Amino acid sequence: MHKIIEKQQLSEQVFRMKIEAPLIATERKAGQFVILQLDTNFGERIPLTIADADAAEGTVTIIFQAVGKTTINLSRYEVGQSIANVLGPLGNPTHIEKFGTVVCVGGGIGVAPMHPIAQAMKQAGNRVIIIMGARTKELVIMEEEMRAIADELILVTDDGSYGRKALVTEPLKELCAQTDGKPDLVVAIGPPVMMKFCAATTRPFSVPTVVSLNTIMVDGTGMCGGCRVTVGEETKFVCVDGPEFDGHQVDFENMLKRLGSYRGQEERARHACVLDAEADKLAALQTGASK
Amino acid sequence: MSHKTREELDAAASEVLAALLVKKADTGLKNRDRLNFPQQDMPSQDPLERRHNMQEVTFGYTEAQALVEAERCLQCKNAPCIAGCPVAIDIPGFIREITGKDFARSIGVIKEASLLPAICGRVCPQESQCQENCTLGKSLKDQEKSVSIGRLERYVADLDRASGAVSIPKIAPSTGRRVGVIGSGPASITAAADLRKAGHEVVIFEAFHKPGGVMLYGIPEFRLPKQIVEDEIETLRKMGVEIKTNFLVGRTRKLMDLLEKDGFDALFIGSGAGLPKFMHIPGENLVGVFAANEYLTRSNLMKAYDEGHADTPISHSKKVAVLGGGNVAMDAARTAIRLGAEEVNVVYRRTRKEMPARVEEVDHAEEEGITFHFLRSPTRILGDENGHVRGIECLSYELGEPDDSGRRRPVAVAGSESVIEVDTVIVSIGNDSNPLLRKTTPELNVNKWGNIIADDNGKTSIDRVYAGGDIVLGAATVILAMGQGRKAAAAINEMLAREAVEPVPSGTGSGL
Repeated sequence: MHKIIEKQQLSEQVFRMKIEAPLIATERKAGQFVILQLDTNFGERIPLTIADADAAEGTVTIIFQAVGKTTINLSRYEVGQSIANVLGPLGNPTHIEKFGTVVCVGGGIGVAPMHPIAQAMKQAGNRVIIIMGARTKELVIMEEEMRAIADELILVTDDGSYGRKALVTEPLKELCAQTDGKPDLVVAIGPPVMMKFCAATTRPFSVPTVVSLNTIMVDGTGMCGGCRVTVGEETKFVCVDGPEFDGHQVDFENMLKRLGSYRGQEERARHACVLDAEADKLAALQTGASK
Repeated sequence: MSHKTREELDAAASEVLAALLVKKADTGLKNRDRLNFPQQDMPSQDPLERRHNMQEVTFGYTEAQALVEAERCLQCKNAPCIAGCPVAIDIPGFIREITGKDFARSIGVIKEASLLPAICGRVCPQESQCQENCTLGKSLKDQEKSVSIGRLERYVADLDRASGAVSIPKIAPSTGRRVGVIGSGPASITAAADLRKAGHEVVIFEAFHKPGGVMLYGIPEFRLPKQIVEDEIETLRKMGVEIKTNFLVGRTRKLMDLLEKDGFDALFIGSGAGLPKFMHIPGENLVGVFAANEYLTRSNLMKAYDEGHADTPISHSKKVAVLGGGNVAMDAARTAIRLGAEEVNVVYRRTRKEMPARVEEVDHAEEEGITFHFLRSPTRILGDENGHVRGIECLSYELGEPDDSGRRRPVAVAGSESVIEVDTVIVSIGNDSNPLLRKTTPELNVNKWGNIIADDNGKTSIDRVYAGGDIVLGAATVILAMGQGRKAAAAINEMLAREAVEPVPSGTGSGL
């Protein structure tokens, strides 16, 4: 059991939780993830990236968007409650070394897993430029933490409600187009479509681009093969070969389709879950009213 | 095919038994008599019903059936059946106790050699082990007519379970030594029990949220009820074995750290085969293509078949192709039928005779309406405009010269491509070894397939580290894994006993 020590709501659907997981806190490195499950008998196992960890305290921080059945349920957990199962750290750590200038692109909730990577890149002596993007101002997360790491931080929103009105690919392209000092490495984490376009943006400039994939997974240890992606004509498993891959080699079209494998069922489950919540609210209101 | 109910089978057996007992009392039974007793069929759910449920297919023998089947055994002195058993159960011995109706003693004989009789009685490939060499089968010139050793084993094991008197083995006084066991499948369960019995502190590390390994995530409920596996795990707990779930050795903690920092005096690796193989044909990553591991894990461990309760989704397939001819392929095909598929096709590149699956599973699959395409092999998987499977193109084969395994090698017939229309493809052609442990433990020597190299006692290239089961053998069986777990545990016990006489410095003992 993994007790929730802190909980914060970062935006309407995005939550941060600090949970007890001493072994994972000790072993984890930037780029790794956990798989968690709320109910041992019937719960689903979902992969979530590790946003931060404190080995001394024995905690890891996860940031998640309440969009599926499990994440919606998890968002209702309060401090003091426990998560039944947390496995990790999984996946290969990010390859960290002094590359020179590293551009870290975080889109939406992808800023969370980017945080430890940017931190490690900075510690390795890189000049770290962070591009963080969100649909709108309310969805911008971890700005302060990222600002503390960045040599330069570029903030964009789709609607221009905060920072520059642009998609992350625009400043990325400008950085790559610089005649002197184009980036030595780009790391992009965010929605699959964003990563796809980041890779497309950097390709003409031949800037090496690493993306971190979050695919469908069951065990997360190489056993099920559900997470497989096509990378440069080869089939790779995100859980044991990744989660980071050369963005210029990833077949994003195939990955996007595979991500939708269970869309109908997931949508029904999410809907049922939301309906449950509405029913709970109504019930609470009615009891409140009857008092 | 007419399905006989359990009652019908029991009535027939009772009749045979009555006559048999009279003769036995009168003149005694001759081998000639034993040859003539009818082999007892396994009572099972009606195929038309069981296609729609997850309950166990077979019911197990009735007493009359068990008694008749046991009398078929010739009690040969040389007992070739024992040589065919990876853990060398005294087979004529336990069968003799059945004929005397001393079922408690019978299970006692089995348990001297095997820890998991209720499981092995159900999932062992008896026809290629103990029953392969049975003298009765040889005399009848049909090995399928051998004594049904597995069914008899299951009969006494189930009686023992039903009696509720499952005994907890005696544990030797504490030795103060700690042994870690990696994985919780059959090899690990056996090793853990034997190590604990010797008085060592034993900790099992399991990556999943529930222990049991392949018996939980791989083998379906309808073939091996999960309650049986859970009971075996419970016995381990009662023996004092500690089980840590959600613990992936190599990631949660490095293997060498367990030895060097966490105070373990020895380790047993029984982590299983792992990584599913694919065919490397076009279309393999289309939506609707699954490794059998994924499909079965969703259904079995994650209980996706129980849609009302489980959060984990599973494909609602209508037309399915399963690639492969092993037990896992049969499990996947029969699961698909139970999940509502209208048509399930097993595509296998050799013939029925070469199928590695247990004969009983193939028969059951056929009874349940699964279609077999022999001497066919897929060349590509076809997709629609949404990237979803719409069919599988196969090439026909004919049998040529025998290959290294002695099986005749299938040779492609040029121009024989044809398409089976399906919406789901389940790939079940075996597993490669999981790279995780070898990648995070460079000291561990592996062969070119990535399997851990271990000697006859399971000892690996790392001092104090032993291994067994599929991680050493490649994909094998429950009973072979058990046999290896047992051997390795004996070697570890011996090593630790030797050290108790001539003490050596042990780990730093920081504990976990």
